[in-house]
Amino acid sequence: MEHAATPAGGHAHPTAGTYVKIAIILFALTALEVGGYEVARSGEHAGLASIVAPTIVPILIVLSAAKFALVAMFYMHLKQDGPLLSGIFVFPIIIAVAIALALIALFAVVHIMVQRGAH
Amino acid sequence: MADAHAHALEHPTSTGIDSRKLAIWTFIGSECLFFTSLISTYLVYKGKSLVGPLPHTTSQCMLHGKLEECEQIFQIPLVTFGTAVLLFSSFFVVMALNGAQTGNRKRLIGWLSATVIGGLFFIGMQVYEFYHFVHKGLGYTTNLFGSSFYTLTGFHGSHVTLGVIWLSTVLILAIRGKLPPEKALNLELAALYWHFVDVVWIVIFPVVYLMR
Repeated sequence: MEHAATPAGGHAHPTAGTYVKIAIILFALTALEVGGYEVARSGEHAGLASIVAPTIVPILIVLSAAKFALVAMFYMHLKQDGPLLSGIFVFPIIIAVAIALALIALFAVVHIMVQRGAH
Repeated sequence: MADAHAHALEHPTSTGIDSRKLAIWTFIGSECLFFTSLISTYLVYKGKSLVGPLPHTTSQCMLHGKLEECEQIFQIPLVTFGTAVLLFSSFFVVMALNGAQTGNRKRLIGWLSATVIGGLFFIGMQVYEFYHFVHKGLGYTTNLFGSSFYTLTGFHGSHVTLGVIWLSTVLILAIRGKLPPEKALNLELAALYWHFVDVVWIVIFPVVYLMR
């Protein structure tokens, strides 16, 4: 990608043209998210719905992760600003995702134990 | 390049990165943990409400002291539009930053104004949505969905509000001509916070509104 203005930190940021391209991609990904949701919800287009409905959650996770990465890399300039700032951002995210998964697993186990106790 | 670097760093640092920029990134890192805890709480309570209203399905709920059938309460088209506006406001603020860094004052003020308007629209959308939900019988203590939903989206909305206030102060500086290219970092810090608010919504939108 081409680069323009040299800002704080001395690393060149992307040009206005690159920002426009990223905005179009973000808009398209959001349209895909909502389109996938509508296809899965309405049940119209039976062939497409039978493929999308069971896979809607992984599809939404992948699309959301792609949007997250694009904003972080190009709009927050992590791609240009070097590894230290990326580390400060990514390391807490790794810890946070691990805690979230542990919490979800813990509650799932508690839920199963409560259901077994009830029977 | 050396001049720009000298302008950006008002004092030498061991990392070569301006201390204010390092501080905002550290703050953003801690905020990631905060919002992940709220999103996790929403997820572990998802589908465990005993009474309605519920987000995606009709349900039985207490309205005016009587048990009645409630419709699903989410309005996906409205929230999708709000999401698009917030995404575009992230684009607007990088265009404003580009204007600040290149000394293009017209571009800076125009795009920064658009960013503030986009943020205000998003807050308005959220206030309308909360009002609509309360009107439909979903209070903060009605059920687990209500408590976790209002806590998560309410904290996000308060962050958007803070972002709008911060960007508005930078806009006033720009209008007064007090944001020359060598002080573009003042806008970059506010923009980083604004992008963070945007990426949090990029996660909240599919998790809360689209996953049934």
